Amino acid sequence: MELKVDRTIDARGSYCPGPLMELIRAIREARVGEVIEVLSSDSGSKRDIPKWCQKAGHELLRVVDEQGFARFIVRKAR
Amino acid sequence: MSRRVLVVGGGTGGSIVANLLARRPDMEVTLVSREATHLYQPGLLYVPFGWVSPEQLVRPQRPLLHPRIRFLHDEVREIDPVRRVARLSAGELAADAVVLATGARLAPEEVPGMEDAHHFYSPEAAVRLRETLARLEGGHIVVGVAGVPYKCPPAPLEFALLLEWELRRTGRRSRTRITYVSPLPRAFPIESVADVVEPIMARRGIELVTFFNVERVDPARKTVSSLEGEEIPYDVLVLIPPHRGTAPVALDGIADRGGWIRTDRETLQVAGYDHVYAIGDATDLPVSKSGSAAHYQARTVAERIAAGNPGRDIRYTGKVMCFLETGERRATLLRFDYQHPPRPAPPNPVAFALKRLFNRVYWALVPTGRV
Repeated sequence: MELKVDRTIDARGSYCPGPLMELIRAIREARVGEVIEVLSSDSGSKRDIPKWCQKAGHELLRVVDEQGFARFIVRKAR
Repeated sequence: MSRRVLVVGGGTGGSIVANLLARRPDMEVTLVSREATHLYQPGLLYVPFGWVSPEQLVRPQRPLLHPRIRFLHDEVREIDPVRRVARLSAGELAADAVVLATGARLAPEEVPGMEDAHHFYSPEAAVRLRETLARLEGGHIVVGVAGVPYKCPPAPLEFALLLEWELRRTGRRSRTRITYVSPLPRAFPIESVADVVEPIMARRGIELVTFFNVERVDPARKTVSSLEGEEIPYDVLVLIPPHRGTAPVALDGIADRGGWIRTDRETLQVAGYDHVYAIGDATDLPVSKSGSAAHYQARTVAERIAAGNPGRDIRYTGKVMCFLETGERRATLLRFDYQHPPRPAPPNPVAFALKRLFNRVYWALVPTGRV
C-alpha cells in the first residue's frame, strides 16, 4: 500500500542539527495525523528515531532501507 | 551591462555576499537592512559572565561594507520573487538577482511561561542573565533549549560548561546544581561530539537529562516540563527560546510553516525561482544555523551570481566550521559537510586560543569577505 506522505525532509548529510532534530521540528509544525518522511544517511538514526517516537508518543509507520540512506515515515499521533 | 543585485539582511551572510560582489565592476549591489548596526552574535555567550559587554559586540554597518554598495537602512515589506521587485518603506526596488539573508527571530511566545526563563540570544537578555548570575548564591540551574531549530547548536552546551567553570572560579560551585536538558538522546546532535563532551560533563558534575523537549514553564511553581511528560524544578532557568524564520511576505510556498525559506541544499536557490537565493539562518537547510554556515553559503551564492546562471556546477557542499568551548581555557574545532561528519579532537588550549583570536579578527576578515 502506498503511504500518503505530507512532507519529506531530506536530512541526508545533516550532522548538525541532525535528522532527529529535523524530525522534531517537523512534528512540532505538523498537525495531528500528518505523515512526515525523513531521509537520513546517519547510522545513529536507526536507533534514535524509533526511540524518540516511542518516548514522544508518535507512530513510526515504516523504515525503508535505500542505497546509502534510510527513509523514516512517522505519523504525528498527538 | 551591469547587473543589479539586491541583498536583504546585513548579518554575516548578507554582508559577505554584498562585499564579494561589490568588488566586481559589472555588479550594482544594494544591501537593505533593518539594522544600522552589525552584531557579533557569538560573543553574546560571554556576556552573562561579564567577560565582555554588549557594546563591544556591535559596530556600525556602513563601514563594514564596500564603498560601492548602496546601503539602505530600511525594511523589505514584500518581495515578488518572479519579477524580483522588493517593496520597501521608501518605495520599490527591482533587481536581476535577489539574496535573502534575513536571519531568524526569537519566538518566546510559543512556549507558555517563557517569561520566567533567561537566555543570552539578545544583548538585553544576556545582560539580565548577567545580573541574575552576579547575585546568585546557590540553587538549581537548569540549562537547555525550548525548541528546534535554534541558532548555534553548541551555544547552550558551551554556556553550561562555562557556567560550571565560572561558578567554580568564584567559589559558588558547591552550593549549585547544574542540569542540562537536551531534546535528543544525547547532549549534542552529533554523536561524535557528544562522545567527547558527555564524559567532561560527568566529570564536572553537570547532570544530563535527555529526550526533554520543552513544552511549558510554570513560573509560579518554578518548574519546566517536557513533551515527553517529565517535570524539573529550577531556581534559575536558562532556555534558548524557539526560533522562527523571517521571510518577507511573498508568494505562497516560499517558506514552510516555521517561516523558513525553502532552499535548494546545493544551489541555494529559493525553490521555484531563478536568480533568487537564500542563505544563513533564514533557510530550511539541514545544516546548523550559524555564522559559519552563512559564511560558506554566501561565498557560493556570490560565485553563482557572478557566473550568471551556472546550473548545478557551483554548489554548497554543506560545509560548516565552528568551535565548541568547554571552559578551563579549552575548546575543540568542529568541521563537517554533507558528506563528512566531524571528528573533533579532545578540547585543547590551541583551539581555545584560535577561538579567542577569531573573536577579535572577525570584524576585519569576515563580514568584509576577506576570508
